[in-house]
Amino acid sequence: MSTLLEVSGVSVTFDGFRAINNLSFQIGNAELRAVIGPNGAGKTTFMDIVTGETRPDEGRVIWGEKSVSLLRMSEAKIAQAGIGRKFQKPTVFEDQTVQENLLMALKNKRGWLGALFYRPLAGDLDKVRELATEIGLKDELTRKSGELSHGQKQWLEIGMLLAQEPRLLLVDEPAAGMTPQEREHTTDLLVQAAKSRAVVVVEHDMEFVRRLNCKVTVLHEGSVLAEGSLDHVTSNQDVIDVYLGR
Amino acid sequence: MDRSFVAKNPSVLVFLAILSLFALGVTVLSEGFGIGVISTSFVKTLGKALCLCLIAVAMDLVWGFTGILSLGHFAFFGLGGYMIGMWLMYERTRLIVVDSLAQADIPPTSAEVVDAIGTQIFGVVGSSEFPFIWAFSHSLTLQLILIVLVPGLLALIFGWLAFRSRVTGVYLSILTQAMTLALALYLFQNDSGLRGNNGLSGLQNLPGVTASQDVVSIWFFWASALALGMGYMLAAWIVSGKFGSVIRGIRDNEARVRFLGYSVEVYKLAVFTLTACIAAIAGALYYPQAGIINPEEMAPIASIYLAVWVAIGGRGRLYGAVIGAAFVSLLSTWFTGGQAPDIPLGFYTIKWVDWWQVLLGVSFVLVTLFAPQGIGGLFDLLSNRHHPDRHGSNLGPDDGALREKEAS
Repeated sequence: MSTLLEVSGVSVTFDGFRAINNLSFQIGNAELRAVIGPNGAGKTTFMDIVTGETRPDEGRVIWGEKSVSLLRMSEAKIAQAGIGRKFQKPTVFEDQTVQENLLMALKNKRGWLGALFYRPLAGDLDKVRELATEIGLKDELTRKSGELSHGQKQWLEIGMLLAQEPRLLLVDEPAAGMTPQEREHTTDLLVQAAKSRAVVVVEHDMEFVRRLNCKVTVLHEGSVLAEGSLDHVTSNQDVIDVYLGR
Repeated sequence: MDRSFVAKNPSVLVFLAILSLFALGVTVLSEGFGIGVISTSFVKTLGKALCLCLIAVAMDLVWGFTGILSLGHFAFFGLGGYMIGMWLMYERTRLIVVDSLAQADIPPTSAEVVDAIGTQIFGVVGSSEFPFIWAFSHSLTLQLILIVLVPGLLALIFGWLAFRSRVTGVYLSILTQAMTLALALYLFQNDSGLRGNNGLSGLQNLPGVTASQDVVSIWFFWASALALGMGYMLAAWIVSGKFGSVIRGIRDNEARVRFLGYSVEVYKLAVFTLTACIAAIAGALYYPQAGIINPEEMAPIASIYLAVWVAIGGRGRLYGAVIGAAFVSLLSTWFTGGQAPDIPLGFYTIKWVDWWQVLLGVSFVLVTLFAPQGIGGLFDLLSNRHHPDRHGSNLGPDDGALREKEAS
């Protein structure tokens, strides 16, 4: 399996606190991966580094077949290269309709002149409707997304990520605050998404991770503690000590 | 979704209709073309108010839609005024000089004419040399181009430096404020080349035009109305499409927009520069009606007023900005012009010339606290629009994000 993203030997320090310590991580095309770890393990910082929001002090972040370094690219360029990110809190543009949110995310030219003269083509609108059906918001297209329920906003955000057609999807605690039915729907969406692209899910909830049924990476104090199937890592003594045992 | 631009934005049509009716009405009532009910000076006041509405539209684009609280847009407005003022002053002085030198026995050389113009214009600051920046003042075409070019370039350079270093929120506001203050202080100097604190004057006289001010005032009134109409349509078109989606996204949550792959800095720079150009055009139409421009016009307080107008009108809706600017600036003219009756309290008499600013300040605070949607919010009441309950949270995490009570 070819590697899509390779993070190697990355460290980052905030005011003397080492948030990430010599972290290495790899993911291939079309792979689903869960990242777990206690609070402060560096899960969110890890995502910040990959998406370009935080610059590491040392290490390499290599992307794609051409092995380009992401460290010199801006957030926007990294997103254009094919990395999508879903935040912990649902962040949709509440002042705009579901359709406007999805159209903005839809893979298209990102330049300002292009956006100024852009008018949605029939194909784009079809795609938006398709996505809306997939995330269960077909009937809410003209509603302002600020009016949606918490769970619906989470799906809209996932829909926006899918609209971006990223090759790697970073998802931060997708199931937080969802009802059991909503969780099930979210699991399906993620598993489905991982068939054609790489998906990294950061999650606290063990039940949810079990349902994803994928390889798990355990982070602790900024580096990888264990990696493997969920059963494998949960039987690891180190993992039990720092995380599960609590 | 497939409807035309006007069908999707009925407010644009309504706005244009009201503006045309207003312009027609004023023309019919004017001294120059009509029955003379409205005095020429009041026509000028109304024309100037239209220019202020135009810069308010620009302010709404940059603040209400993009979330950049610029407190420097009057610098661009003033620069636009200076650019047109340079030609007006040069050309009018040239005509006078040529006229008076024609009386002499020997016809003057062109160098002599230029020298005489220089002495006329710069005598007041103890100089007679044309500064470098007046190089194009003899040409109307070039000076018209400079109206958008000079403020546009200033905005481009300033914006590029500020946005590239990711200065946002209150820090950016302070920076824009510093820019306009620095520009005003520079222009106050006699050797700045723009006649220091004297500024440029006599701008109401169009060189070579013999028509009376009664007529000229209506020309400028119509030009201002046309500029406002076109500026409004342009702004409405900009915010209606995907570009509008992106800048509203930047206002509410710019980090999220970045992760969608949009280069936030470039969008901000585009909006900042474009609105600077709109402000400059508004200024170029305003000052020939005011007759005089001096660096005082660029004082930071002017740009703060601009923000107050937009806030009182209701930010994030274009007609709100227009209503706010028209309402507050006309009311301000009424109060400060000594037309408002004094209120005798026995022990003290409230003179509105002194107390108007207090009234304005208090209304600004009251609107911000109790009616954040401003005057524009009244239209939502009329149309019974439903506001979603966001449980008191803003629409996004950024400083410029709409607050719940502002959103519709």
